[in-house]
This record gives sequence, C-alpha cells and structure tokens, in this order.
Amino acid sequence: MGMVFNIALDGLSYGMVLFMISVGLSVTLGLMRVINLAHGGFALLGGALMHGLTFQLGWPFALALPVSVLSVTLIALPMEYVFFRPLYGKGDLTQVLATIGLTFLMIAFVNWLYGSALLGIPLPPSLRGTVDLGLRTLPVQRVAVIVTGMVVLGALYGLIERTRFGIWLRASVDNRAAAEALGINTRWVFAATFALGAGLAALGGVLGAELMPIEAYYPLRYLVVILAVVAVGGMGSVWGAWFAALGLGLIDTAARYALPDFGTIFFFAALIVVLALRPQGLSGRAYDV
Amino acid sequence: MFEAWLGRMGAPVALLGVVGLIAFFAFPYDLGFLTRILIMMIFVLSIDLVLGYGGIATLGQAAMYGTGAYAAGLFAVHISANPLLGLLIGAGAGAGVAFLSGLIVLRAHGLGLLMLTIAVAQILHEIANKARVVTGGADGLSGIRMAPLFGRWHFDFIGQTGYLYALAVLVLVMVFLRALCVAPLGLTARGIHESPVRMAAIGVPVYGRRVLIYTIAGGLAGLAGALSAQVTALVSLQVFSFSLSAEAVVMLILGGTGRLWGAIFGTAIFMVIHHLAATADPYNWLFVIGILLLGVVYFIPGGLMGVRQRLRILFGGQG
Repeated sequence: MGMVFNIALDGLSYGMVLFMISVGLSVTLGLMRVINLAHGGFALLGGALMHGLTFQLGWPFALALPVSVLSVTLIALPMEYVFFRPLYGKGDLTQVLATIGLTFLMIAFVNWLYGSALLGIPLPPSLRGTVDLGLRTLPVQRVAVIVTGMVVLGALYGLIERTRFGIWLRASVDNRAAAEALGINTRWVFAATFALGAGLAALGGVLGAELMPIEAYYPLRYLVVILAVVAVGGMGSVWGAWFAALGLGLIDTAARYALPDFGTIFFFAALIVVLALRPQGLSGRAYDV
Repeated sequence: MFEAWLGRMGAPVALLGVVGLIAFFAFPYDLGFLTRILIMMIFVLSIDLVLGYGGIATLGQAAMYGTGAYAAGLFAVHISANPLLGLLIGAGAGAGVAFLSGLIVLRAHGLGLLMLTIAVAQILHEIANKARVVTGGADGLSGIRMAPLFGRWHFDFIGQTGYLYALAVLVLVMVFLRALCVAPLGLTARGIHESPVRMAAIGVPVYGRRVLIYTIAGGLAGLAGALSAQVTALVSLQVFSFSLSAEAVVMLILGGTGRLWGAIFGTAIFMVIHHLAATADPYNWLFVIGILLLGVVYFIPGGLMGVRQRLRILFGGQG
C-alpha cells in the first residue's frame, strides 16, 4: 500500500514536470511543424538562471522563480526570430540538425558559465517540509509540483478555449493558410506561443530540479523523454501532452520502484506500443510533421 | 558498356583505397585513430543509405551498430575467432534487428518515426546493460581475441592489420553501395524519397521497399559495429548510445546527404576537427560543432558536397 502511494505521488509529480516542460514543444510543433530539439534547453536556461539568482546572489525563491521564467520567455522571442523563422517549412532533418546545433550552443554556454557540475537550487523552508493529510504525510515539494501542474493545465485550457488569442491559436494550428486569409497574424501567434512554451519549460525545469537535476547536459539527457511525451501525446494537443506525460511518468516511476532490474525498458516499450498502434500519437490527427 | 561502368565505379573507389594507403604510411603512429575514422565512415554510409537515399529520418542507427558489435564480440569469445565469419555474423545480426524493428518503425512518419528509432536503440541499450552475465554490462564485453586474418596477418598492437582490414572492408562497402545506387532498388529508394505517393501510384510497394532498404543499411551498420568490436577487442555500452547515432547524422549532414562521398568527407572532417578540438578543450568543442551545424543548415544546406556542386555550376560546368 505504501509503495503504491509513493509510486502515485512520485509518478504524478514527475509526470507534471514532464508536462510543463513538453507542452510548449507539443503546441509549437503542431503550430509550426518545427521539431525543436532545443526545447529542453529552455528548461536548462531557466534552471541555470534560478541557480545563479538563488544560490549565488541569494535572492528569495519566490522572487527568483518569476524572474527566471519571465527572462527565459523574453530570451525566447529574439531566438524565435533569428533561429526558427528560417526553419519553418524546411525538411525534418534540417530542423533536427539546426536545433541540435542550437542545443550544443546552449550546453556550451552553461558549461562555460558554471562548469559541468550539478546546479543546485536551494528550496525555501516552506517547500522543504512535509504536509500532514491525516492519513499520511507528504513532501510539500511534490504536492507543490502537482498543484502547479494542474494550475498550468487549467490556465492553458482557459487561454486556448476561452480567449481571443486561443481562437487565433487554434485556427492557426488547424489551417495556417486559412487563418492568415482571415487576417490573423500567424507570425505573431507563432512567436507568442513559442515564448510561452519556453517559459513553461523553464518553470518545469526549475520545479522539477529535484527529480531531473539541472546541469549543462540537461537538454541532451532528457531530450528523449521530452520528445517521447510529445510523440505519444500527439503534436499540437495540450490534453494529449498531459495524458502522455502523466502516463509515461507513472509507468517509469512504477517500473523504477517495483522492477528496478529492468530500468527504463518499460518506458520505451510503452512508447513503442503506443506509436505502433497510433503512429500519430494518442490525440494525433492524420497528417505528418 | 561494362568497361564504362567499371571506369565510372572503379576509379573514384580506387582513389579512396590509394588515399587510405597514403594515410597508412604518412601517419604510422595514429593508426588507431585512423581506423576509427574508417569504421565510422562505414557506419555513416549506412545512415546515408537510410536517410539520404531512403528519406527515412533516423536517430537510432546505433541500434544496428551495437547489435553487430555485440554479436561479433560474443561470436569471437564463445564460438570462433575467425574475423571474416565474425563480420558476417555482425552484419547478419544488424540486418535482423533492422528488419524486425523496421516492420514497426517504418509504419510511422515524421516525429513518431524519429522517436521509434531512438526507442529501439534505447531498449537494446537497456537490455545490454542488464544482461550483465552475457554482455558484461557497464564494464563492457572484453576478452575478444581475434585469430589472424586469413591465417596469416595477426592483429598487432600498433594496429597495422586492423587499419588495412578496415580499409579493405570500407572499399568493398563503397563498391557495393555505388552498385546499389544505380540498381533498380537504389533508384526506387530515391523515388520514394522524392514522392512516396507517386511511387505507390506506379505500383511500387513503398512500405516493403523501405523495410528492405532499412534492412540492408542495418546490415552495413552491423558490419561497422563488428569491425569496431574486432579491431578494438572491446564492446562497451556506448555502441548503443543516442550520441553515437546523433553524431553520425551530424557527420553525414556536414558532408551532404544522398551522396556517398558526402558521408566519406563529412566523417573525415568531423572526426579530425573533433580530435583536434576535443584534445584542446572539450567545452569549446561543443561551441565549434554547434556553430558548424548552424552554419551548414543556414548557409550551405547541401553540405560540403553541395558546395562543390555549386562551385562547378558557378564555373560553367554542369551540376
């Protein structure tokens, strides 16, 4: 019983972190058809910035978190303009290569700045303790991650389903040419979505630092996991990314607790089963990237 | 006609052999490194077949390379130390894995396909890691001792036999691939790359041909893996790593996809720059390769071989 509970808690918080990091990639992939392998780099930049602000400058966690996330969001805007615009409409491979190159530059940058050691992010006392639910006590950090993940999901739902921007976004994902013909500035929608996705990745990177430690090679180390969530969820879908992230997070955590001898095999077996049955992912539509 | 064919096929490949021999005498103390380049060239050629000719975007070719390496290594340890038999076993194992995984992987497209190729390599990595009794796990498979080649040439410490052996295999692979590219299968692969819909419309079984190309390329990757197991007498878990697949794709793009010589030049240039830069400073190496990649994608999309073609057009020749 205790183990089942631990698996559920750790799996859910791992899944929520994966969701926050991957959802931006899923949506931008649906929107612009750009396979952005550098997406994990934004989580790294957020984590590295957070490390610099809290650990080196001694800022309080509550202040450093929004500053880091906002900074990454703002950094992403010019990057979209310089690096990604020329890639729209190019082949899979060109995009993969360019974004791997960009990932290498991000790794090299953080490596040059901080070296290759783990970049710790000290938690404030309020997140370090445990919370008593009567039945059991839970680590506050895990609970905070799960709550934040649900808030992000809710906010994205509201943004996409209930606002004018959401209408533009959905229209651009469905049919870019028709959306442009109706006067929607798709370039602007692309840039805003890209920056938002980068900001969420930074948020996920910082909050998930307990489970996925921040270090220079972070974008490569977790690249496969992040892409797996997007591929299983089906691109361009917030719900798909959420289901995939939670499912893969729970499967991976359960396998690590219950059958540690098999390592990550179950994670990839699940990936293969889903993609063999539904090559477009869980929510996927029948078109290619 | 046959002579024309021989001239067209033979001359450049012979040149490759000659350059290889010159390197053998020019750098007698770097044969280990040069051998690694040759093996990598075979591996990158196999990716060129999948990606450049077949149009199948893959980041998991290491699955077949690693299978070939472990198959050849285990064969040498437990059954026979004959190097040529070992090569065949490695190539067969690589082709087998490529065929089985290709049946599933090639049903997907785009990102799904890319992810499946990665997943196959990761699963094999995990299996090799956990099957410690058979593979040696994270310590690697050691104790590989090869019998002399053709019963005459011993695999020596300096690596002279290993180098010439790898060079000979590379030249044969190159001849095979040049023949394959002008054979109906090679032309079909190009057609599928250009437009799968049209090829299906004129009656080509697209899925079957893609599986076949993937299987052949898997055999070549297995061959490269087997060579590396035999020459270095060690197989480590690195053979299944994602970074091996990714780096090999980078080498191919650098040289130019869909061109056999692109794979050769790209590998040579990448490995030499890597060797020089990484010994100088590993951080700067990532800067160098990152800028190199972005430069290729944004400024010379056809790779280095594309530059040659453009220059030729610029100076009035035909592309």
